[in-house]
Amino acid sequence: MDIKHLTAAGLGRKIQAGDVSVREAVEAALAQIDQVEGDVHGFVTIDREGAFRRADEVQKLIEEGKLTGPLAGVPMAVKDNLCTKGVLTTCSSKILHNFVPSYTAEAVKRLETEGAVILGKTNMDEFAMGSTTETSYYGETRNPWDLNHVPGGSSGGSCAAVAAEECFYALGSDTGGSIRQPSAFCGVVGMKPTYGTVSRYGLIAYGSSLDQIGPVARDVTDCAVILEAIAAHDPKDSTSVGRKSYGFTDTLTENVAGMKIGIPKDYFGDGLDREIKNRILDTAEELGKKGAVVEEFDLSLVKYAIPAYYVIASAEASSNLSRFDGVKYGYRADGYEGLHNMYKKSRSEGFGPEVKRRIMLGSFVLSSGYYDAYYRKALRTKALIKQAFDQAFERYDVIIAPAAPTTAPRLGSSLNDPLKMYLSDIYTVSVNLAGLPGISVPVGTDSKGLPIGMQIIGDCYQEKKIIQAAYTVESMREYARPVLTERRREHTCPAFAESGRECERPAFTEGIEKGGW
Amino acid sequence: MAKQYETVIGLEVHVELATKTKIFCGCSTEFGGAPNIHTCPVCTGMPGSLPVLNRQVVEYAAAIGLATNCEITRVCKFDRKNYFYPDNPQNYQISQLYLPIARNGYIEIEAGNIQKKIRIHEMHMEEDAGKLVHDEWDDTSLVDYNRSGVPLVEIVSEPDMRSAEEVIAYLEKLRLIIQYLGASDCKLQEGSMRADVNLSVREVGSKKFGTRTEMKNLNSFKAISRAIEGERRRQLELLEEGRKVVQETRRWDDNKEASHAMRSKEDAKDYRYFPEPDLVPIVIDDEWLAEIKARQPELRTEKLARYEKEFDIPRYDAEIITSSKHLADLFEAVAAMSGKPKKTANWLIVETLRLLKERGQEPEDICFAPEHLAKLIAMTEAGFINSSVAKEVFEKIFDENVEPEKYVEEQGLKIESDEGALEEVLEKVIAENPQAVTDYKSGKKKALGALVGQTMKAMRGKADPGAVNRKLKEMLD
Amino acid sequence: MANRISDETIEYVGILAKLELSEQEKEAAKGDMERMLEYIDVLNELDTSGTEPMSHVFPVNNVFREDVVTNGAGSEETLANAPVRAGQSFKVPKTIG
Repeated sequence: MDIKHLTAAGLGRKIQAGDVSVREAVEAALAQIDQVEGDVHGFVTIDREGAFRRADEVQKLIEEGKLTGPLAGVPMAVKDNLCTKGVLTTCSSKILHNFVPSYTAEAVKRLETEGAVILGKTNMDEFAMGSTTETSYYGETRNPWDLNHVPGGSSGGSCAAVAAEECFYALGSDTGGSIRQPSAFCGVVGMKPTYGTVSRYGLIAYGSSLDQIGPVARDVTDCAVILEAIAAHDPKDSTSVGRKSYGFTDTLTENVAGMKIGIPKDYFGDGLDREIKNRILDTAEELGKKGAVVEEFDLSLVKYAIPAYYVIASAEASSNLSRFDGVKYGYRADGYEGLHNMYKKSRSEGFGPEVKRRIMLGSFVLSSGYYDAYYRKALRTKALIKQAFDQAFERYDVIIAPAAPTTAPRLGSSLNDPLKMYLSDIYTVSVNLAGLPGISVPVGTDSKGLPIGMQIIGDCYQEKKIIQAAYTVESMREYARPVLTERRREHTCPAFAESGRECERPAFTEGIEKGGW
Repeated sequence: MAKQYETVIGLEVHVELATKTKIFCGCSTEFGGAPNIHTCPVCTGMPGSLPVLNRQVVEYAAAIGLATNCEITRVCKFDRKNYFYPDNPQNYQISQLYLPIARNGYIEIEAGNIQKKIRIHEMHMEEDAGKLVHDEWDDTSLVDYNRSGVPLVEIVSEPDMRSAEEVIAYLEKLRLIIQYLGASDCKLQEGSMRADVNLSVREVGSKKFGTRTEMKNLNSFKAISRAIEGERRRQLELLEEGRKVVQETRRWDDNKEASHAMRSKEDAKDYRYFPEPDLVPIVIDDEWLAEIKARQPELRTEKLARYEKEFDIPRYDAEIITSSKHLADLFEAVAAMSGKPKKTANWLIVETLRLLKERGQEPEDICFAPEHLAKLIAMTEAGFINSSVAKEVFEKIFDENVEPEKYVEEQGLKIESDEGALEEVLEKVIAENPQAVTDYKSGKKKALGALVGQTMKAMRGKADPGAVNRKLKEMLD
Repeated sequence: MANRISDETIEYVGILAKLELSEQEKEAAKGDMERMLEYIDVLNELDTSGTEPMSHVFPVNNVFREDVVTNGAGSEETLANAPVRAGQSFKVPKTIG
């Protein structure tokens, strides 16, 4: 038995049964990290000592019968925009290169009480702004299926690490597709719950009204198990919603008989890669054979989702990120003259090009004279998009869509055209605008051997339905894992991956500086 | 002939609410303490922290809104006001712009012989900023977030005031209302009540307003009056010289009795307000509003009526006592302990106000324990000390909050009740004043007074004149 | 409405956002923002009259804390990450002249 191939729930069972010790599980994960991290670079920080210390603690509690849950002792990883007490939390940004929080994000806390063992913090697009994990200050993460391709983003580190079997599951965050799109690119299962289902306390905000934490896992079962652990009403998050039932594992059944599935025509037109289109429509057909009622419909308003999203997300980001100013924590520039120059130098040196681009846009659309034309207009559009989904869900239990218009693009091919990169979020952002739950589940690979993900969208609070549909889709095929080739790239930097501390910026990110600003 | 001008004034008043905790976190609002001691991730803008609204803030704000005749906004929301400054840890302040909790109110004031309504445009809830201490030596400032997140209401009046006198009357009335509600202690010196003055001048009769300036850093009624006079004069001079008033924020320096513009190209005054996504709307339904109304404490007019009835003290006295919530609370406490409301009223109105005047203090500054005054009253009633000693002791209570019994003991001010000691002195006095004695015996009753006076002098005031009088008669008749 | 982003606008937004851009960055920023705003203008095709702006997706309201002190002395944790501190305070360049 090769431990690293196990699913989280599978490993959890073996640990409970005493077939595998928590230490062994941690060793297996770290061994794989030693093997592939140099290629994949899924982590900003790896906490070996912490992981082993915790492993022994958890082992003891399991033996005392105090930890009996399915995740007890299972090694996992946390996206680096979730605060972890005493462990460096950078958001993959220079401006937080030395930030060690005194508190732990509520979602992570809940996993810890379930006996989770944290291996480290995963790489991401800086402040979750990006779709490729190339905007990280600590170097890009690479797609385990082909190291010349991106893992997607912004939770690219979490998805790549899970796919590369460096950890058994991970937490990500999804503001415009940041869990679903990289999960699709990396051939893993990623879910964005209904807004308010998982507490945002301790999640370093990008777009507060859109951000939601969710699981990244090897299969749908793990996804449901993890969601059960992290979903709860939290009095520390005013937008947290109490749910009637948290039994997300109740619907892990291979059964779509009578399920009404809608396929939005407008999601399958131009711009969608033919292979992806066919793969998803074939899968839908298979679901039809299994008794689901599948039909096409017009969702409408699709082309308005991205502009509305970027106005709202950038506006909220411009405000959320103003706290990074060199006064209380994080990076403060040297050689400034006076207060405002200190602010400007610290922020201009501390933030990367994509973050600055969105802060500038967000500040502009909120500035006097433009608020109504842009921000209010976007909020009105959001309302209409929500209505469109409400109407759709009067007729359908779930909606099926691509997670992205293409499979994982090559490294360095996206960033020199920001607008083009933004457009790749077309199938995911409206779900965030409407606060809906969505899951991405693998449905095979394209001719290049890169994974294709299918997105299943549910009405708010209908996670159970999308889990049931996803479980059924998953059961149609074997789990495919990437075969990591030995080919290494020069500018990998395991040294700082260990510590999260600064090091030479890999050459290719210079390309961003030129392409962007 | 010279043009006639009138001054047009509107106020923005910030009041710190008397909650135990901050507006969005469980940190204490207690004054003082080491820098940053009352802080947590929320009130220091740590990444990932989130605000949760303190219910009491809404209830105090709504109560103030009701007491100032405002319409309460049944669905109100918070907005973010974005600007960079080190005392503002998130670099945005959570405030209310689009849907403030209360609007369209007014309060009535009496200034001199005129009575008028001052309209309230709106009132909103927001968080206070931290404190900056400037180090003159190495050109740095130190930031302390203990005050960061303390709940405030900002009450914005219409430009309805025309003189410093009206402004002070408005502020005093507002302060009295809020103090009676128990929503704040409203101390200008400590900054729990702060007023910014918006002032413009225009020709009498002109319909449109002149360009206004906003004056900040006014921390006493005197400073406010001086600033208003100073700014009025400054604007008139500009206009007389045919120059324009610039719309700007100015900082008043009360020592220099002058103001300077607080302008910098770095503060663009473009706050980019937008709805606070981390907080949900507040819905105040009839039921909740009724509860808030019901919980409203006794206000001044009710107190006045009750005092006359319950304690039968004169209207005049009652008015003075209720002119300050603090004074009224003190009165009720002392009256209850001493059972002597009339005497209590006298001590407060005569002695207390005299000392306040001498010390240049406000009734809010009174800090002695009510039981000490009650004890003092009891001691005088029982004849342990005479009234002149009592006044002396009260001054000590007022200044140092001394325990009267202990103090009288230590200072040996107690009336001498030892018969023997008194007789000795009397014999001495009689022996030394043969003339007075003969006068008395020959029917000149007035002469007795002289002897009593002599005795009191000899006893250094520690004797009861009544008793001395009686004893003398015994010994002479 | 092309060229709505003038040098002044970039300068102004830089002041609001506290970002200092090099000349080359400013040029890039102008282009990026210009293109982004032109793209965002498709929203103007959409008739949103009579639609209320939606900031919160769900009708959750009245979420409160009770007025009870729950936090203890926090200064050390608060200051732990301070770039520059003096005693128990954060230290910054002088704020008023």
